[in-house]
Order: sequence, then C-alpha cells, then structure tokens
Amino acid sequence: MLDVSGLGHTYGSGDKAHTAVGEVSFTVEPGELVCIVGPSGCGKSTLLRCVAGLLEPSKGSVSLHGNAVSGVPDDLAVVFQDYSRSLLPWRTVAGNVEFPLRDRGLSKAQRRDRVAEALSWVGLSKAAGKHPWQLSGGMQQRVCIARALAYRPALMLMDEPFASVDAQTRADLEDLVLKVREEADMTVLLVTHDIDESVYLADRVLVLSGSPSTVVETLKVDLPGPRDQITTRGSETFVRLRTEVAQLIRH
Amino acid sequence: MPSLVRKLVGLVGFLLLWEAASRSGLVSPKSVPPASEVLARFVGLFADRKFLVDVVSTVLSWAIALGCAVVLAVLLGLVLGSVPVLRAIAMPIVEFLRPLPAVALIPLVISLLGTDAQTKIVLAAFAAAWPTLMNTIYALGEVDPQLADTARSFRVGRARTFLTVTLPSISPFVLTGVRISASIALIAVVGTEFLAGGSVGLGQYAYVWGTSGGRMDVVLAAAVFAGVFGCLVNAGFSLVQRKWVSWGPEGATA
Repeated sequence: MLDVSGLGHTYGSGDKAHTAVGEVSFTVEPGELVCIVGPSGCGKSTLLRCVAGLLEPSKGSVSLHGNAVSGVPDDLAVVFQDYSRSLLPWRTVAGNVEFPLRDRGLSKAQRRDRVAEALSWVGLSKAAGKHPWQLSGGMQQRVCIARALAYRPALMLMDEPFASVDAQTRADLEDLVLKVREEADMTVLLVTHDIDESVYLADRVLVLSGSPSTVVETLKVDLPGPRDQITTRGSETFVRLRTEVAQLIRH
Repeated sequence: MPSLVRKLVGLVGFLLLWEAASRSGLVSPKSVPPASEVLARFVGLFADRKFLVDVVSTVLSWAIALGCAVVLAVLLGLVLGSVPVLRAIAMPIVEFLRPLPAVALIPLVISLLGTDAQTKIVLAAFAAAWPTLMNTIYALGEVDPQLADTARSFRVGRARTFLTVTLPSISPFVLTGVRISASIALIAVVGTEFLAGGSVGLGQYAYVWGTSGGRMDVVLAAAVFAGVFGCLVNAGFSLVQRKWVSWGPEGATA
C-alpha cells in the first residue's frame, strides 16, 4: 500500500548540508503495523515528514495505493509526539476531533457519529466537552489518536507518539494502539527510538542506521496476539527480538 | 475579596494624603485643592450641560479613532506579518513613525483638516495604531508551527486554517495590543482637544476652566473623570480577554 523507494533528504546545501536520511526503501502492506526504530538523531522524524508529504524529499519517491505522493496525501493522518502543541486549545475535545472532518464532505450528523465513535475507541467519551488543558498528557495524546482515527485514513503515521508521557501511560497507550488498530482496521507506520516498544507493537520492525540513515534490517515479529505487557514482554521470542534489534542499532 | 480591599486601601490612603497636603498648606490649595472639594466638583460635573456635551464629543471621537486604528492596524499587521518581503520594506518606515509624538503633528493636521473633530480623530488613530500593529505582526510569528503542520497534514485548506487556527492563535496578543491602543487613543484625543483650541471636548473643557478661571478643582475633577473612564475601558477589555480569548487554567494565557 505504501511504497517508499530510495528516499533521502538533505537539509541545507554546500558546506552546511546535513544529510538526515541517506537512502531508505520499504513497503507497508494493508493492515500492517510497522515500526521504524533507530538511534536518536538518525532522521526518523525527517523520514516520517517526507512520507506525510509535509517535507519534500531531496531524492527518492513515496507512493500510496500505487500513486506517487506529492504534497500531503488525502488518505493519511499523522499523530505527532508533542500532543499539547497539536491540539487547538480553544476547542473542546470533540471540537478537536471534528476539526479535520469539516472539509471531507460529511453531514453534521455523520461528523458527530464519527467523533463519538473515535472517542469511544480511545475511551474518552465522557471527556468530549472538556478542553485539552483539563486533561492529562496521556489523555491529550488519546485525543490526537481519536482525531486521526475519525479522519479514517488508509494509513496512520505516528511520530514518537508516546515519548512525552510517563511509563505507565506509555504502556496504556501502546495497548490502546493495538486495540484500536484491530477495531478500526488501521494500517500504522510508527516511528520510535524505543526498541522494546517497536518489538511489542510491530508486525515488522525496520531498523535504521545512524544518520545518514539507511535500513539496516527488516525483522518480522512473530509474536502471537493479543499481546500483553507482562507475558509478551517476558516471552523468549520477545527477548530474542529485542536483543537482535539492540545489536543492530549498536552496530 | 481581600485583593479589592487592598486596592481600596491604596486609593483611600492616596486621597487622605492629598487632602492633608492641601489642607495643611504643604502644597498651595489654589493649585491643588483638597481631594474632598475635587470629588464634590466631580459629582457636580454631571449636572453641567456643557461638560456632558464635551464628554460625548470626546468619547465619540475616541471610539471612532480606536475603531479606525484597530481595523487598519490589524489588517496591515496581518499583511506585514504574513509577507516577509513587505515586512522588510515597511519596518523602517514603521520604526520611524512609531515614536513620533502625535501632538507634534497637530499643526500639520490642522492645516490639512481644520480644527473640527476629524483632527483629533486622525491624530488619535495615528497614535493608537502602533501597539495593535506591532502585536499583530509579532503574534503571527508566534503561531505554533506544529499547529500549522497539524492542519496541513489533515489537508485543511489555507483559508480555513487562517480562520480556525491562525486567528484564534493571535487573538490574545492582538487584544492586548487593542487594550494599550485604547488608552493611547484617549490620551491623544484629550491632549489634542487641550492643545488644538477652538474645539469641543473634555480637554478643551479643562483648558478653559484652567486658564480663564484658574479653577483647578474643575480641571482636576475633569481629569478624575478621564481617569475613571480609562479604568473602565481597561477593565472592560480585561473582561473580554478573560471571557473570550483565554484558554487554559486561570492566568496561563498570554
């Protein structure tokens, strides 16, 4: 469904040029949850911004459903790391989730249904009338996830979505993503620097090298579902995979 | 409401000191009549038809001047804040005009427009436009790029992004600018009335009573009126700001 080939990005030019992404190629199939993991500063976010169409890559191409992507594709939603800065503070939770639906040719009733459905997926139905500042960080990020889900994208991009919340909230949000991905039948591409998180969430893990990044290895994660924070993370397969990813990144 | 009590303590203390200084002869009672006399005069002003006509003239001129200043400053600010090339061209002119005292332009504007209300309106609008203009330009630069990215990633159109993301983002800053503009417009209107002569208005009222009768109690009473009016306007804008453009916990917004 998503086909990234030979993608690279260089910031600036001449002496100040900095190549963040070297040359990256990969695909994401419908229904898959793919994690991109790599060391800090390896250009993961740059790569994601290129896929999202927010940044024009210096080279290579991105295609979605076989169509080359230029600009922001119609069928894609992004969940950013910094949830507090991606919600509109003057809108309620429901207003924020509804925000991107206005231009999608939906009736008022359809929009309301989608908002209600997305909020129930993330367990925030009761908070619909609150404002973002009345919610905890984890809840704000759930609003962002609900907003992306209500948009019904073919592909959901997540850029370090749980890097700014505490450990317990992080585990809850990871399980939430696994749950809503089933319920909403979503395809997800998630960028993280957390090795355990990538193995826990993914069907496939793409390991990136340091900047300028390339794909070092693609690992298939054959952990059974439904995954569980305690038993999955304690299983032999999990430990073997996370060790493998850690060695690849260290290397 | 302890904070209100504290504010009143300061005010009452000031009035008592004023009263004592004047009664004891520390300052000449002819120049600075006691507070009690000025306050009595202040109440008496409302029975003076001439004063009320002057007040209407001043308040109307102030409102028109502020309205024009805000509309022009916000529109110009939006343009200059959005187009870097225009901003680079316009900023030196703005920086030159901004510190010009409006009263220094009185002779120029009188020779162009005469001495009627349009003179004080134009001068007050000129003086008052700057804070709103600067705040609008500044606020546009402060719109969170992450919000813009979010709108873009959801393919929200440019016009709707402007209306639903940019305008609400800048409104607290703009309104703060308008609040400062409102005070400056009042000062400029009354100042022009005072200096331009032959006009109506609060400033002219004070000028006539002060120069021809030496009635400082009336002059000060008129000044108290202007002060109270300014305070009420400021409080009104604060209320609007708190009610309409503050998001987040109390006191957490710009």
